[in-house]
Amino acid sequence: MSTEINEHPLDTESPRFSIKKPEVRFDKQGDLADEERLKRALQGFVKDFSSTTAAYMESCIHCGHCAEACHFFKVTGDPKYTPIWKLEPFKQTYKREAGPFAFAYRAFNLKPKVNVEELEEWQHLLYDACTVCGRCTMACPMGIDIATLVSQARHGMFAAGLVPHELWAVAERAEREGSPLGATAKVLKERIEWLADDFDTEIEIDRPQADIICTLSSIEIMKYPQSIVATAKIMNHLDLDWTFRSDGYEATNFGLLSGNAAWQKDMSMKLINAAIAAGAKTLILPECGHAYGALRWQGANLYGKPLPFEVLHISEFLAQQVSSGKLKLKKMDKSVTFHDPCQVSRRGGATAAPRAVLNALGADLRETRDSGDLNYCCGGGGGVVTIHRADELRHAVFGIKMQQIDATGAELPVTSCSNCRQTFDDGQAHHKWDKTMASLLELVADNLTD
Amino acid sequence: MELLEFARGPGLIISVCIFAIGVVWRLLGIFKLGKKTDLSKPRSTATIAGGLRMILRKMWPHKEFLGDTAIATFNGYLYHIGWFIAFLAFAPHIAFVERETGISWPALPNAVMYVATAVAILGLGVALLRRLTDPVLKMLSNFDDYFSWVVTMLPLITGMALIPPEKYTEPVPLALHLLSLELLLVWMPFGKLSHAFLVFVSRGITGAAFARKGLRP
Repeated sequence: MSTEINEHPLDTESPRFSIKKPEVRFDKQGDLADEERLKRALQGFVKDFSSTTAAYMESCIHCGHCAEACHFFKVTGDPKYTPIWKLEPFKQTYKREAGPFAFAYRAFNLKPKVNVEELEEWQHLLYDACTVCGRCTMACPMGIDIATLVSQARHGMFAAGLVPHELWAVAERAEREGSPLGATAKVLKERIEWLADDFDTEIEIDRPQADIICTLSSIEIMKYPQSIVATAKIMNHLDLDWTFRSDGYEATNFGLLSGNAAWQKDMSMKLINAAIAAGAKTLILPECGHAYGALRWQGANLYGKPLPFEVLHISEFLAQQVSSGKLKLKKMDKSVTFHDPCQVSRRGGATAAPRAVLNALGADLRETRDSGDLNYCCGGGGGVVTIHRADELRHAVFGIKMQQIDATGAELPVTSCSNCRQTFDDGQAHHKWDKTMASLLELVADNLTD
Repeated sequence: MELLEFARGPGLIISVCIFAIGVVWRLLGIFKLGKKTDLSKPRSTATIAGGLRMILRKMWPHKEFLGDTAIATFNGYLYHIGWFIAFLAFAPHIAFVERETGISWPALPNAVMYVATAVAILGLGVALLRRLTDPVLKMLSNFDDYFSWVVTMLPLITGMALIPPEKYTEPVPLALHLLSLELLLVWMPFGKLSHAFLVFVSRGITGAAFARKGLRP
């Protein structure tokens, strides 16, 4: 596919005030004919159909309960944000092309063939208005895992060149440069050099062999470099055999978020190969939600065999060190509330880990009304934070978080995902909120016992 | 052939056959697509237990969702329970099953049956009203939803038409009642009423996946 991006035609004529335009905006990559775009989308959808997809697509009873779990529906009340509706073209394609009664659907045109205009319209629903947080899965009485289906549907959208520009661009940059935000290996090494100097901390990089490989999110490298120092401080404090590797450090996976399975594999393979090259027993993923889902739960499937090392989220690693008694922490004299990164908790199964660490920190943990596996997403997951046209919707969704966090009365919100943290920082600035999201990793690093 | 004779004979056999073949076809259609083995290191290998846990857990919403889904949940239970009591515990129904299969069980009093049927009819009425008025349900609904509602309601209505007991054996109303059940059997594998068996499949699959990840359902 061409890498050219066709911008929307300039509109200099429309009135500028009080009219919200365009109502529906969609982006296209490349200059494919509509017919070819459609063909690629449908092929992309069909490629992902499995017995799991089929069971889910066949089981929906149209009860609408999933809407009540979705923050986008909750803040807008707009039925189009009903999670299962976001899959309508995918579902329609399944019924027509692969379901048990596909022949009848085609013969009598009971489900019309999806058209490119529908796909363009659904781009907003599949990307801008879904953080793939999986809260809807918890509400579905049939147990349909809608978030997994949205990720599958994105594969077809990417193949058709129907991805929001910004998300597409960061994914393409990540594939080309190795980082979505320009945190190339060279940038990482330079940062590590000045961070080591500034913070007087030994930061291991590119050791040929190490028991533990630590990885980073480019958001940490570019926006929260203290996380790099915090990681090093903790690993050194524990006297572990560890290193960062410039050939496999970027744990974010915009191939996964944008829907390009080949890029997803490329990005995961860099980490896998680096860990194997170092003979690592453990690979620690950074404070990043989707990085955990991408490598912990999908990495082996992309590699084609079980990973020859253990994969841990940093919060899991810290919890293990705390419970084994190796990591002793000073007590914080603060009330905190924890924002669960969806992909680590609800989708990843590591919900207890950060709470064990906060307990070791002596924090007065005050849970939000919806917490743990039922936590509300910050609104920036699934790549949504990169999509500028979705800002207004994302800021509205963020209102739920602010309200629930304020209601706890906790002094400090804490999370273990830099993407959530970035979304919180942006939401804080937008809403002029008085709370700043803190990093669990950095809290631990700041409270190591001497 | 009289209508009642048809309903009791070929009609019943044909509808049961369509039902059985339809269910098998639909399930085969799902499972024939297959799926790749998950190679990630599981937190737990108790996937069957996980599937069963999910099947049970999804019987009731999480408290976080109950406020928004309470009416639909309560009402769903009302018409499902009402319908099944009327179907399974009514003396003439049990006598019918006994005649066909030799299997029988104790019946509940007729008065209970009438109340159960009335509750089911009322519950289905509320369900339809919600579907016609709630913006989300209206948007999601298609022919399947409304037709499934009709075929679920018909056995109740035609059954009520057979009350009082003196009318239980009137040939035409009885034939219509039987035919309405046969219509339901014929439609069940093809439309959303298949949730009666698919509920175990979709919940089970997700429950197994949750167990691998160490997630609570």
